Amino acid sequence: MYQLTRRGLLGSSALWLLLSSSAARAAVIRGGIPWKPGAGDPPEPVTPGGWKYFTPQEAKTVEAFVDRLIPADDLSPGGRECGCAVFIDRQLAGPYGDFGGYYLAGPFVKGTKQQGPQSPVTPAQHYRKALAALDGACRSKYGGKAFAELTDAQKDEVITGLENGSLKLDGADGQEFFKLILKNTQNGYLADPIYGGNKDMASWKMIGFPGAHYDYREWIDKHNQRVTMPAVGIANHPNWSQKS
Amino acid sequence: MARKLPHKDVAIIGLGWTGSILANELTDAGLDVVAIERGPWRDTATDFAISYAQDELRYRIRHELFLRNSQMSVTFRNNAGQTALPVRTWGAFMLGNGVGGAGVHWNAETWRFLPTDFTLKSHLTQRYGANFLPADMTIQDWGITWNEIEPYYDEFEYLCGTSGQAGNLSGELQSGGNPFEGPRSRPYPTPPQKQGYGHTLFAQGAAKLGYKPFPQPSGNLSRAYTNPLGVTLAPCTYCGFCEWFGCANNSKATPQTTVLPALLRKTNFEARTECEVTRINLDNTGKRATGVTFVDSSGEEYEQPADIVLLCAFSLFNVQLLLLSGIGAAYDPATGQGQIGRNFTHQTMSSALGFFDKDKYNFNPFVASGAIGMIIDEFNGDNFDHGPVGFVGGGYIGQVQTNGRPIESTAVPPGTPAWGSKWKAAIKDNYLSTINSGGACHGSMYSYRDNYLSLDPTYKDRFGRPLVRITIDFHDNEIKMSNFLTDKYAEILQAMGAKQIVKKPRKAPYDVTQYQTSHLNGGAIMGDNPGNSAVNRYLQSWDVANLFVVGASAFPQNAGYNPTGTVGALAFWAADAIRSQYLKNPGPLVHA
Repeated sequence: MYQLTRRGLLGSSALWLLLSSSAARAAVIRGGIPWKPGAGDPPEPVTPGGWKYFTPQEAKTVEAFVDRLIPADDLSPGGRECGCAVFIDRQLAGPYGDFGGYYLAGPFVKGTKQQGPQSPVTPAQHYRKALAALDGACRSKYGGKAFAELTDAQKDEVITGLENGSLKLDGADGQEFFKLILKNTQNGYLADPIYGGNKDMASWKMIGFPGAHYDYREWIDKHNQRVTMPAVGIANHPNWSQKS
Repeated sequence: MARKLPHKDVAIIGLGWTGSILANELTDAGLDVVAIERGPWRDTATDFAISYAQDELRYRIRHELFLRNSQMSVTFRNNAGQTALPVRTWGAFMLGNGVGGAGVHWNAETWRFLPTDFTLKSHLTQRYGANFLPADMTIQDWGITWNEIEPYYDEFEYLCGTSGQAGNLSGELQSGGNPFEGPRSRPYPTPPQKQGYGHTLFAQGAAKLGYKPFPQPSGNLSRAYTNPLGVTLAPCTYCGFCEWFGCANNSKATPQTTVLPALLRKTNFEARTECEVTRINLDNTGKRATGVTFVDSSGEEYEQPADIVLLCAFSLFNVQLLLLSGIGAAYDPATGQGQIGRNFTHQTMSSALGFFDKDKYNFNPFVASGAIGMIIDEFNGDNFDHGPVGFVGGGYIGQVQTNGRPIESTAVPPGTPAWGSKWKAAIKDNYLSTINSGGACHGSMYSYRDNYLSLDPTYKDRFGRPLVRITIDFHDNEIKMSNFLTDKYAEILQAMGAKQIVKKPRKAPYDVTQYQTSHLNGGAIMGDNPGNSAVNRYLQSWDVANLFVVGASAFPQNAGYNPTGTVGALAFWAADAIRSQYLKNPGPLVHA
């Protein structure tokens, strides 16, 4: 039977975290549904321009990388133009980059595949290490050229090497890094544009997703018909207003 | 030193579905009730406002409405030969947090179990013989029957306004409904939801093969509805952002849209949010709860005295609190002794991808609700002869695709490169014409000797208390069943006209990174005597008579259906027992 001691309460302060953004809400609620004006929590739109996490060299590498993962072609602009590198930069600068919300108590022990990720290396740290190692590997293999300086064919060779594990990175796991950057790039490409990627809803228009529409009642019975509503994102919607 | 608060008649741990239902019932009975909720207050207008609710990245990928692992997590291992490690971020299941609990983000698939699910051990033994069941399978009868629980399923469905088509009214089969369901006393409160093209095509394919498809019972309402508490829900608009998300429309049945507006008006009810109960306190006999201890968000400790304690947290955390409070004996798989932690189950999910000709088929996957779908129940429970197939259990099969959210909807045929122009072309070519129904085969998971909950010896929560440790793996029975259901589903996809089908049956070992619903059950199971259960038929603790442990923690094994309908029914059933029996004569309601 566990008695909670004051020491136990405060001793684990390393894990103490703000429980939610609703610090202003009453802890004791009675007599009615609590309500106060302006208590909503809309997302903060990403404004492009500058880098909040990446160094200029890292940003160059990431832009080049996302532009091969999602090349420009007739279907849509490339990953760089779509803002995927900006998306990743802003995500890494925020809670996602720092394992926000994760259980971070040790010991950190590598387990089975089924037990999931156990590394203390955060996404932000992972990028930093892997991008440096990537440039190092490219310089060795391609006569002193960093990743961003390679031809498209060479970049694709490098990415394929990371993907299949044949290209090793010094001090980083190339395959794990490939999976991470691929996931982040595709997330940025397909997420709402408010987060910095999917500029002008390029991916949504490509696949045929109308976006943030809440009412499809007129379409549920229209079987096998193309929905004609133009694509809309959260911030283009007439209901949208930013929190002041 | 904990600050002692004024006495309450009832202290409820957790304000999700069961906490809300019980709070409302017991305040109606005139009792003074406090509900203590670990997470924040949640409300439609602030937390799931229509202008920003449809945010896949925030709510589905970053899980913002869910319990943060930093606040509380669990550890996991496949078997006792391994060291359990923390689930550092959610994968196989996602746990709710805040007022409304998992009832906020569920997809509102609202099912009843089968009559035979409640007497499973007796039924299967009678039909197939004891030797047909694996030696280490520990399924049990629940201690209640269909006839006893049916009125409470009805009560939960009418609270929610559930949209569906009855299949069996008092023994008379109704066309268009589920021919296998147990007899119901009256129809659903609202008609079924409309179905999309893919769902309708499934029903046509299933009918061609001789099955009897019917619409999935849905807590996303087909029309506006005012429930018996006077709370009104709006009609669902098929927005495709249902499960993982809060509903901005007030059209998903949740505690917010069905109970809380009525409950919060009562002067004899109080909710304390962002307060975590750390212990149920017992008197020096150990047989009576004196109340609970909780910690608020500033770290201040309080003691809340109460005459009745209702443990209404999520199933895993019900079991954790029992163990941390020293209530009952912890289960030891080596000896088979101890009831707390025993018979832990999840679900055995599988699916198949159906790729269709993009020039002929447009499914508009984004036009959907969380509980839309056409279903066949021929292979659920013991609805078919298991003799020739060599396993027990089953599940519903259906086209239950709930969305076309882009990040989650990039299914492409095998062999497609994972990146580059070919990847782009493949997602464009397949987005509108793929049947990608993650919950298509909703298989049961029966209970086993070696699948259980316990306290972790190493990893602690932010208060220094042990995390709950999950030990679970798939057994051959469930893998065989999954292959069987997946094959049947693939046959229907074929009959629908799919040009390519990719079967994805469930494979062992159980993987805590792969999402398989959040239907976690057992660990404090109900039964007919203290030698085989933690709580009696009324969910009253055998060990502490003024404690009731309500939720899916009571399930002795899981069935081939989503659990919330049964969780809601059990909450009303327990509430009725407390009101009509316990309050008149406090003490054990069952003498075994």
